[in-house]
Amino acid sequence: MVAVLKHELSLYYHSLTGYVFGAFLLAFTGIGALIYNINASVANFEYVLSFIQIVFIIIVPILTMRIIADEKKQKTDQLLYSLPISTTEIVAGKFMALLVVFVVPMIFICAYPLIFSMYGEVYLPTSYGTIFAFIFLGLALISIGMFISSLTESQGMAAGICVVVMLFNYYCTTLADAVSSSAVGSVITIVVIMIILGLIIRYMTKSDVMGYGFSFITCLVAIILFFAKPELLEDLLPKVMNQISLFERFTMFYNGVFDLTAIVYYISIIAFFLFLCVQSLEKRRYNG
Amino acid sequence: MITVEHLSKRYGDVLAVDDLSFTIEDGHIYGFLGPNGAGKSTTLNIITGCLAATSGDIKIDGHDIYEEEKEAKKLIGYLPEIPPLYVEQTPREYLKFVAEAKGIAKAELESEIDRVIQETHIEEMQNRLIKHLSKGYRQRVGIAQALLGNPSVIILDEPTVGLDPMQIIEIRDLISELGKKHTVILSSHILSEIQAICEKVLIIYKGKLVVYDDITNLGKSLSSENEIEIMTEATEEKVSEVINHIDAISSFQQTENFEKYHCYKLSTAMENPYEVCELVFRAFVANSIPLVKLNPVQTSLEDIFIELTSSEQDSELEEMDSDYEEYEEEEEE
Repeated sequence: MVAVLKHELSLYYHSLTGYVFGAFLLAFTGIGALIYNINASVANFEYVLSFIQIVFIIIVPILTMRIIADEKKQKTDQLLYSLPISTTEIVAGKFMALLVVFVVPMIFICAYPLIFSMYGEVYLPTSYGTIFAFIFLGLALISIGMFISSLTESQGMAAGICVVVMLFNYYCTTLADAVSSSAVGSVITIVVIMIILGLIIRYMTKSDVMGYGFSFITCLVAIILFFAKPELLEDLLPKVMNQISLFERFTMFYNGVFDLTAIVYYISIIAFFLFLCVQSLEKRRYNG
Repeated sequence: MITVEHLSKRYGDVLAVDDLSFTIEDGHIYGFLGPNGAGKSTTLNIITGCLAATSGDIKIDGHDIYEEEKEAKKLIGYLPEIPPLYVEQTPREYLKFVAEAKGIAKAELESEIDRVIQETHIEEMQNRLIKHLSKGYRQRVGIAQALLGNPSVIILDEPTVGLDPMQIIEIRDLISELGKKHTVILSSHILSEIQAICEKVLIIYKGKLVVYDDITNLGKSLSSENEIEIMTEATEEKVSEVINHIDAISSFQQTENFEKYHCYKLSTAMENPYEVCELVFRAFVANSIPLVKLNPVQTSLEDIFIELTSSEQDSELEEMDSDYEEYEEEEEE
């Protein structure tokens, strides 16, 4: 794992990616600090973080697009498979490298509240609590980006899909207000999503039974539920959309509440997507 | 030692490797031969753990490639068809990563990297970026990577593809050198290459093992008749006259003309074609007909290969025929 970590770090800092990522993050933090802390004379550094969280939509794809997709493209994944290291170690090593690349600029950011506190009253626990949560939010998004990168051979494709997923996640709560909250709306959405999921499963497993079977059964369950217990499906869609938003959970922190459940949620998301990433690499070993 | 037992690999409906079983002994250079798409790369990928088999067992020195993955993989150095290089790094950085991943102790790391750099002669290139290296050098870096950790088996998948003739010779020399210390498995679809460096040869065709033998035995076991080629000014009639007196020659035929000379191929059932050459020489001298060329025809791997793969095709056709007959019989019933 350490070998993979060192190697990935060397790749990130050999190319511009590591620096571009850090520069982006620091530049936006600087702009945010200028607007809120200096021009508007607000002492709360956490507002800066709430302002800059939108940059994740751009910088996460920049950071994660090549991490696995490029290995496939350059055929270097064959080297990784033939080395005496397990797939889990490969994925863990790569994630640790991303963590380091992300945390390095965050260390600089940690200095901001201290600097501001020299000139006035800054409530440091909220500031650092928010920075802490900001790191976990970032890592959760990075793990999603890494999984997306493991699905394709093309960096561009990985980046594109990643931006869409990040955007969706960011605007999830806004969209939740707009979507239908009726039971009919929920059923239709479930059916559409399950058919798409079924097609993806069929594409990945190349098994008609698995793919279409999955779609058929889940759609059937949704329709039965709709006739038997429609009240369960009411409001389902907006609720789910509010739940899955990673950004939404971050609001608690900059409003001054240290929400431990959100941290646990972020950690579970990281674990889940890293697990999927390992599976995605293993699948490639089986299908060639 | 590598043992492969009943190995099969299926891609969807295509059976790429079909019930392959063989054993690779230590200390030889093995040639792994087959036409394009015969399943060579697939088999090598499975042996090295890069690909999972549909069924079958692979053991490297008694370690199962799936159950004792790490132990087994430490015994193998693998160079895939496309050398897996990180082009943004220098060979030295790249080799350092591979060495660390192979779990080589820190104290030996630098000396081990120096050793493989020396063995593959890439000293001058070690600090240039891999993307600026020529194809031959990239191939060397790939081989250097396989050599790290001194594995007992080195597997090279088509190591000379896409190289210029000079580079091919260099890489061949390098492989022969490696064969002195390691067991080497080398895949290729170029027969002359296998003939030049390998001691034993495995031929696979359509995922099945067709031949597994010493390269020297291969010719003997296959051709029951030896052939001798001669070139002379004499006409067919004259040659027939002379040859009729030699019992060892069973038949002859004219093959081609070259300026004023004619070429003939003489067939003999005798085991040692050189003895027959002597007889032929004496007979032509006795008739004072000059021979400008006289040599036994060596059965090349090329001929053997074509013979084997075509007989395989024939038997397949026969099988299909018999299947069809059975089917017809059933129909009649």
